[in-house]
Amino acid sequence: MTAPPTQVAPTLERPRGVSRAVRWWRSPWRPPRLLEAFAWLYLAWAILPVAIAVWFSFNAGRSRSTWQGFSLRWYWTDPVLSVWHDPDLHSALLQSLRLAALTTAVAVPLGVAFAIGLDRWRGRVAATANFQMLLSFVLPEIILGVALLLVITNLLRFIALGTTAQFLGLVTFQISYPAIICRARLLSIGRDYEEAAMDLGASPLRALRRVLLPLLYPAIFASAVLVFADVIDDFVIVRYLSSDAATEPMSVKIYNSARATPTPALNALATIMLVSSLLAVTLGFLVYRRMTRGERRGASGVEDFAAQL
Amino acid sequence: MAVRSSRAARGQRRAAAARGAWYPRWFWPAFAAPGVLWLALLFVLPFYVVLAIAFGAIDPLFRNPVPIWNPVEWDLSTLGDVVGHIVGRQAYLGPAVARTLVFVVAASLLSLLVAYPVAYFVARHGGRRKGMFLTLLIAPFWVSYMMRMLAWVNLLEGDGLVNRALRATHLIQQPVGWLAGRPSTVVLGLVYGYVPYMVLPLFAGLDRIEPSMLEAARDLGASRVGTFLRVTLPMSRQAILAGMVIVTLPMFGDYFTNDLLSGSPKTSMVGNLINDAIGTPGQGGQGAVLVVLLMLFLLLPMLYYIWSTSRASREGTA
Repeated sequence: MTAPPTQVAPTLERPRGVSRAVRWWRSPWRPPRLLEAFAWLYLAWAILPVAIAVWFSFNAGRSRSTWQGFSLRWYWTDPVLSVWHDPDLHSALLQSLRLAALTTAVAVPLGVAFAIGLDRWRGRVAATANFQMLLSFVLPEIILGVALLLVITNLLRFIALGTTAQFLGLVTFQISYPAIICRARLLSIGRDYEEAAMDLGASPLRALRRVLLPLLYPAIFASAVLVFADVIDDFVIVRYLSSDAATEPMSVKIYNSARATPTPALNALATIMLVSSLLAVTLGFLVYRRMTRGERRGASGVEDFAAQL
Repeated sequence: MAVRSSRAARGQRRAAAARGAWYPRWFWPAFAAPGVLWLALLFVLPFYVVLAIAFGAIDPLFRNPVPIWNPVEWDLSTLGDVVGHIVGRQAYLGPAVARTLVFVVAASLLSLLVAYPVAYFVARHGGRRKGMFLTLLIAPFWVSYMMRMLAWVNLLEGDGLVNRALRATHLIQQPVGWLAGRPSTVVLGLVYGYVPYMVLPLFAGLDRIEPSMLEAARDLGASRVGTFLRVTLPMSRQAILAGMVIVTLPMFGDYFTNDLLSGSPKTSMVGNLINDAIGTPGQGGQGAVLVVLLMLFLLLPMLYYIWSTSRASREGTA
């Protein structure tokens, strides 16, 4: 008579455990642990490989998978192979920064003026121009790259391949960024402020300069940062329009030597690239946050900044 | 006198305002003019040149393409050759085209499967950490594509960390040649490269769904799964479509992922065909034809994308 309960006990234990799991699963207040784990797993997968590549750029040895101690050898200590001393890598770094600065300086004013014009100018010509701009935004880069290469080698022969061609091509590709961002901003600004300024006696140009442009500053600034970072990372157009090794920027150097027994100097170059675009974006974000104080919706402003993308 | 004239001018301006004519007619077109000119010269003209070369002749001696500028005289023989190579009997371009379709469909569906739960979690349950999560989600945007592929080349090499980890756990005896022309490596590379572009539109779409909608569904008796299937999923359909278009467009023109992660003709895609044709002397005409065909093929998704973004911006302000 005493034996059965001890036999029953373990079979009772099991359903209790399962039912607890079932109850936990069915609870409407259950925190989404599985989803959260998946999200963290995704972030680890997205970020860890890059972090490992950065880590090995500080390797003392030649390997990119065996850690042999910390050193700055691949940045500048090594007199031959480091990014600083290898003329090839050094010129790639300068070329990337040069192209990014040049393109930003031209594409942003051009795109902002384009946005202001298209926002107010109605008609078929304006609609066509707007369509072209949007098309240049969604077009796969290889199509635009090949088209630019063919036009420069067959028709516009006075444009030299190299920095000039790269700059012209990049501006064509990037003009849509400031144009789209500023147009979105213009739509939300509306015309009330400008009309008020003109009611108070401002001329059209003055209203534009003193009222509309300051309202556009955050959008202009955000697009400048985006263009700069995007040009540093650009690959397809700059590769097609480069003339020789001296005009190949960082991304092309990585492409050329990634599969041909590279040293960690390549990782160092990639790290410098990463740091320069992250720096541009972080600085940009902080300034953007200062500029849009008082009109923020998201908790940290990240949402608003992300919405600009 | 001065006062009166300025008052008169103001009166005129106000009258003009009432008619809706605030600015001189040339005022706004003048702003757009530099951009219009730039795009005409370096965006529209290049496409004309691509057409002129694609439908152009070939120099009989040097075998280089000779553009024909007059559309009436356009020669369709190169086009016929290329189409013959894609679908015809000696279709050596056909496999790459079919492979591109398979790779892109597989990679974009995988991207969706990865990105949707992540975007859903951050939009629905991000709470106070939403900003932090978003920052982390955006971070890969600012790491160049080349660097992210280089990172995987490092990991997947013969003596890379992946092979070493697998050997240390005795899952494999010999190092696996992950980079020796494996389709799975290329597809995973494409997913890794383009999935951040999928997460953001999905997040934006899911974040816009009012929580009260979901509460109403639950109040009316729908289960979690039912709420998801019958409310969340249909309401995020636009975002899913947008995300799919955003990742598939560049994937169709991608050749560098393949070059870095495989480098074998066994996995080459349309992008590789174009890149190889452009890089080979005498094949420029073929490259131009491939560009025209790719452009035609992608026209519909591109138009859809343009249409959906311009509609979204209109709705955003309405």
